[in-house]
Order: sequence, then structure tokens, then C-alpha cells
Amino acid sequence: MAELLFWPALVLYGEAALGYFGDARRPGSAGRAATWGVRLGWLVQSALLGVQAARENGFPWGTWAGSLNLFVWLVVGAYLIWGCRKPYRLLGLAVMPLAAGLLVVARAGGGTGVGTRSHYSNLFLVLHVGLVLAAFAGFTLAAALSALYLWQERRLKRRETTILRRPAPSLASLDALAARTVLFSLPALTLGIAVGIVRLISNGDKVDALVVATAVTWLVWAGYLALRATRGLSGRRAAYLALAGFALVIVVRLALPATHFA
Amino acid sequence: MRLVLVGTSHHHAPVELRERVALDREHAAALSVQLGEAVCLSTCNRTELYVVAEDGDEAERRAVAALAEIEPEVEHALYRLRDQAAALHLFRVAAGLDSLVPGEGEILGQVRTAFEAGTPGLLLERVFRQALHAGRKVRAQTAIGESPASVSAAAAALAEQIFGDLDGCSILLVGAGKVSEQAARNLRTRRAEITFVANSKTDRAEIEKQLAHVDVVVSSTSSPGYVLDASTVERARRGKQLLLIDLAVPRDLDPAIHELDGCYLYDIDDLEAIVSETLAGRRGEAERAEAIVAAEAEKFHEWQAALDVVPAIASLRARAEEIREAELRKAEGLLGRLDDSQRRAVESITSQIVNKLLHMPTVRLKQAAAAADGGVYAEAVRHLFGLGEDERR
Repeated sequence: MAELLFWPALVLYGEAALGYFGDARRPGSAGRAATWGVRLGWLVQSALLGVQAARENGFPWGTWAGSLNLFVWLVVGAYLIWGCRKPYRLLGLAVMPLAAGLLVVARAGGGTGVGTRSHYSNLFLVLHVGLVLAAFAGFTLAAALSALYLWQERRLKRRETTILRRPAPSLASLDALAARTVLFSLPALTLGIAVGIVRLISNGDKVDALVVATAVTWLVWAGYLALRATRGLSGRRAAYLALAGFALVIVVRLALPATHFA
Repeated sequence: MRLVLVGTSHHHAPVELRERVALDREHAAALSVQLGEAVCLSTCNRTELYVVAEDGDEAERRAVAALAEIEPEVEHALYRLRDQAAALHLFRVAAGLDSLVPGEGEILGQVRTAFEAGTPGLLLERVFRQALHAGRKVRAQTAIGESPASVSAAAAALAEQIFGDLDGCSILLVGAGKVSEQAARNLRTRRAEITFVANSKTDRAEIEKQLAHVDVVVSSTSSPGYVLDASTVERARRGKQLLLIDLAVPRDLDPAIHELDGCYLYDIDDLEAIVSETLAGRRGEAERAEAIVAAEAEKFHEWQAALDVVPAIASLRARAEEIREAELRKAEGLLGRLDDSQRRAVESITSQIVNKLLHMPTVRLKQAAAAADGGVYAEAVRHLFGLGEDERR
């Protein structure tokens, strides 16, 4: 069943990626088809996760590949909140190929099937992995919004003549939306880390490199919000800081199999 | 019934002539009444009369005479179209494809206003409603009207690219030329607010003070030097986002301002280059719009062609129904012995026989109408079934 659901999800995400590419070249029906691809693909992936949850004995996304599957679902879900609006279709060009690619990687690692066993308790993993992944999905989107900000700002600075033929979201809305996404994501990361620390202390485990990297990531994103609130950080500098925070998110994701899942 | 169009537009007449035949709403309505079943479309770029009459030549003569009465010189600049060509022209007009700026949105409202002020019958009602539908469809399915077509609209659209919703954005207007006023008006229609207007007598310190609070600066003075330099702007803004529109020649604003963080300076050449690009895009979209308009015109043609055969179909069906009822009355003696449900069954069966027999001739008549043979077929049906002979006798 899970196998049957994986392929339609992948095909729909792939269709969305191609649709957004077509929409960037010629706005219109390709963009609408891509939006439906995202919606339907996400629903199919939701069903896939549902099947995994129903069939699994324990938390089904406790492996590196499984968490990647959940991460893709969270990223696409967060994008769906506002990504279907016409000006944000450009962002889909970055999000959907990434989602499709990561879903393939998740499958290669066995994260989209059923039958794996987790030695962790359900509650711990749901809270820890769920919250951290939700936060990382939010940071990924904030970074994508920041990248779009920098691209749009570059077009304005270069006085590109096509700027009004292919309009993007305004600089102000990209900046505000990135900040709002971080504002929702940081508390999730904070809680996820807190649950992890409680587990660490109760088991008497040692702090590994991943915990340190995650703490640094938390500091960067907390600094992002603090600087916005106190120093009025916005625009290009805020976008660069968001991209730096996202680089740390990548480091943490790549370090995951070598540390937590080693 | 024939659809006749007589009119003139920016393609055929200069503005000096067009303005003399331009009609306000009351005059247009009065002219429609005078012409019978008619609609008068009058905008700054065109004055057109759409008239429906049995005699197309006569209708055309009356329409030409009506316009020539307003301005005799217009007669040589008039175009005359009939039926399908007239409908296609109206569809193109409503879609903005015949406008000076392809895809401009105002024309759709003007077509609706003209229609509401006219005296349309069945045919004009249909052609205008379908034209409005085609206009809306073109705007919904193509990007023809999405990008700005003038320097002033481009300035406002650029402001939206930076600030998003312009509600609450403040504008500093430095000097007042025609284009800068248009740009300011365009920004105001998007709910931005002009907070200060500086002229040649305004103190530089005051402008600098205002600069700290505004979001958009529109400058158009005849000053020989820069009105604002980069250091002044940097001092006032400190990284806050600012859009500066320099419409003056020689330029009012120091080009180095554009290098400042958060500052975006566009001069008249930059804006004209953007407009030129967007117009090229509109022309590209116009090809898709033409296909939509052609499809709508074809639908109208099919509807209009069916009009020729509709009376024949209606007569044929009435005749068949008449025969069915007469035969049932003749058989009243036999049917009297049936109970209600049996009677209803007989009624239903006879109706079904009539409908099934007439289905194919009806379909074929409509197909023939679409292929322009409708009149011939309708006459043949009338002759074969003796339709209308009773009235003639």
C-alpha cells in the first residue's frame, strides 16, 4: 500500500516542479497545474504517512530516511499555506524540485516503506522528531523566501526591464513572511530541543556534535528574531542571516545519520 | 435580421475628428432610440453604432447619416461591417485587442455602459453579452492586461514590487510635471498618500526632513542640477527602503542614490524601457487572446445561424403535436375505456414517437444552419410539411 502511494506522490511533486518551471517561462495554465500537483501530491503523501503510522509498531519516522519523508511532507505542507497564491509560484520552483528529490532519497533509504522497528518510545519521538522537523521545515521555507527576496532585490537593483512582466512577491511581504515563519518555527525548535535534553539527562547520555550544531542553529535563528525586534534588522541583511541559519539546518540534517542514528 | 456596424476609431480618424463625434451617455442613448434596435459605443478612441434591422443596407444608410449629421467630415473615415465581421470586431474591442494599448481594461466597462444605455433586441443583447463574456475571458485566461502600459503606471507597479500593498505608503512629490502628476495619481489610486509637495521655493532642509518619513519620491523639476544627492538620502534614510522616480530631464536625482542600501532609483529611460518590455509582452498575449475571441465569435455565428431555422423547427414541432392531439381525439371512443394510468401511457408513447421522429431533422437543420444552408433547409421543411400553408390560405 505504501509503495502504491509513494509513486503518485512523487509523480505529482515532479509534475508540480515541471509546472512551476513552465510557469516561470510563460505564466498561466502550467502554474495552475503545478499548484494542483502540489495539493494532490501532498494529500497522497499524507495518506502514505497515514498508512505508515497505522502499520508501524512504534514511531514510523525514527530513521534518518523516515524523518526525511516526514520533513518533505512538512515543507510542502507549510508551502501550501500560502504558496498556492499566484505571486508565490516562483517559490515553488525552488521548493518542489527539492521536495521531489528528497522524497526519492527518503525512499532509497527505506523511509517510505513499512516494517521498520524503533526502540524509542512513541511520545518521545513524536515530540522530539516532530517538533524539530517542523521547525526545520519552517526554516527551510524562511530561507527560500529570503533567497527569493535577494533575487527580487537584485532585479530591482539591476533595473531589469522584465521585472513587471514576471512580477514576484513584494520585498516587504517576503521579508515579513520570512520573519513570521521563523517566529512560528523557533518555539517548535526550542520545545524539540528541550524534550531531547530531558531524554538525554534521564538516560545519562553525552552531548554529541549534533546537539551542539542544533544549539548553534537555535542561536542563529533566535538572533535573527532578536535583531529584528531590537535593531530593526530587515531586508538584505536579514535575508543573508536567514540563509546562514539554513546552512546550519543542512549541516544538522547531514550530520544526523552519523550521530543520532549511528 | 442583419447586424450592421458603422463607426470610426483611432485607426481611421485623428483625435481632432474623433472628438467631434464623441458622444456622452445621454446623446448615445438618444441616438440608439432614434435608430431603433441599436447600441452606440463612444469612447475617446472610437464612436461606433451597432444596429439590427431586416434591411442591412437601409440600416447602414441611417447609421451613416446619423454620424454625418453630428460631423459631416467623419463620413470618409467610417468603417462599415456586417453580421459575423461586426460581431468579431465588437468581441475584439471588448477584449481590448483593438485598443491603442493592447489589453487596456477600461474598454470592457465602456462596452457594458454603452450596452446598458442602448436599445438592444434579441440579437444585440446576445452579441453584447457574448462580447462582455469574451472580454472577461481574455482577461482571466491571458496576462494581456496585467502589466502596466504607461510610465506612470509602471512607477506605481514598481512601488508595489517593493512595498506590496501601498495602503499607508507616503509620497513626496518634488516639482509638478504632467507625468509626475499622473504617477502620483496612479499611486493614489492604489491608496498611497501624497504627504508633501515640494516646489522650487521649498527649502532643501524641509525636503530632507520629509525624506526621512516617506516611502516614494517622485521628482520632476526643471532644476539644472541634482535636487537630491546620495549623501542627503543616506543621511535621511539609514537603510530604510525608498523608491525614487526621477521623471525630469536633466535628471533631478543623483544616480549614486541607487547604490545605497534599500534605495531604488528609476529615471525616465528606465521606466520607458520597462513599459516597452511590458507592451511587447502584451502583444505576445494578444495572440492567445485573438484565439479566444475567434472561438467566441464562432459560437455567436452558430447561434445566429440557428436563428434562421428556429421558426421552422418550432412550426414543425407544433404541426406534429397538433396531428398527435387530433389523432388522439379521433380515437376518443376507444380510449374512453382506458383507466387514467393507461391513458397516460398512451399519451407518453405518442409523445415519444413524435419526439424521436423529429429529433434527427431538428439536429440536421441546426447543423445546416451552422454551415450556412439553414435558410434552404428551413424552406424545404416548410414546403415538405406544408408549414404555414393554413395561414396563407
